[in-house]
Amino acid sequence: MKDPVTPNAVPQAERDALLARLADSVPYNRLLGVRFDRLGDELTGRMPFRDGLVGNPVLPAIHGGVTGSFLEITALMQLAWDRILAALEAGGDPAERALSGRFPPYPKTIDITIDYLRSGRPRETFARATVQKAGRRVANLHVEAWQESRARPIAMLRGNFLMP
Amino acid sequence: MGGTENRGAGRPDRFGSLLEEAGAEAREGTLITGLPFGREIGMRLHRAKDSVALLSVPYDASLVGDPETGVLHGGVITALLDTACGWAVMAAPATIESTATLDLRIDYMRPATAGETVYARAECYRLTRSIAFARAVAYHADPADPVATAQGAFILERAGAAEAAG
Repeated sequence: MKDPVTPNAVPQAERDALLARLADSVPYNRLLGVRFDRLGDELTGRMPFRDGLVGNPVLPAIHGGVTGSFLEITALMQLAWDRILAALEAGGDPAERALSGRFPPYPKTIDITIDYLRSGRPRETFARATVQKAGRRVANLHVEAWQESRARPIAMLRGNFLMP
Repeated sequence: MGGTENRGAGRPDRFGSLLEEAGAEAREGTLITGLPFGREIGMRLHRAKDSVALLSVPYDASLVGDPETGVLHGGVITALLDTACGWAVMAAPATIESTATLDLRIDYMRPATAGETVYARAECYRLTRSIAFARAVAYHADPADPVATAQGAFILERAGAAEAAG
């Protein structure tokens, strides 16, 4: 019998592995090649470029639907990760479940608005989500995606998400 | 414009099924090979004419967003609606070289049904010199029972500066 999980007892490496497992549990995340880095409770989405993500082969530019997807994925993963962190902090049963890969149900997108500011060049794209409000039923998030410079976002998303 | 009324389908909404009125070839659609990402997710073009476009994405396990339910990821719907709107803009009665999405708002009405093809019917309902306005609905069998709806603005690159548009 293992000792019950206590708060803060989950090593950083194990958290990293859990985050990778969470991201990879969604087939569409794997299709786009989206991964996440974490710093504290903040995630940074990373989407390396590959030819299959192109929408306009002449420029070339990343498909707007890919950029939009990446923003939505980052929002959903931030919400899912926040729940998992809460479970880890709670310790005991919820922590055990999360650590064994039985993740809480995913939030559902209610509505999103995407602003496209610059075309996505053929290079790695990054995204970070800010939870504006984490309500009991609905969460409101802002997400920004950028490439060469955080100060020059290529796209932004605002959205409401239904919490499970 | 204005050629998109629903003729005799018995539904009062403006999203009458294009599949019913189109031929067998349109019903089947053709794989979009010009857009690498379109090909990547198996997106098909059924019809693009008179400011209206009909596209689809057949269900595939690689497009799933919720492994528990097998429901397609919202991002797939976003990509489909965005592409359909862009195609409707290109099918507007004007000489447009290219178009890019300025913004897109998407409302998710219900989860897509696992295993089923998602269609998107888009309409470019207003065209100015430099901007097009489009809206779209994503659905399985019945446009009146939407999975999601979208509305967006698109910037236009017109072919030739002296283009006189209607």
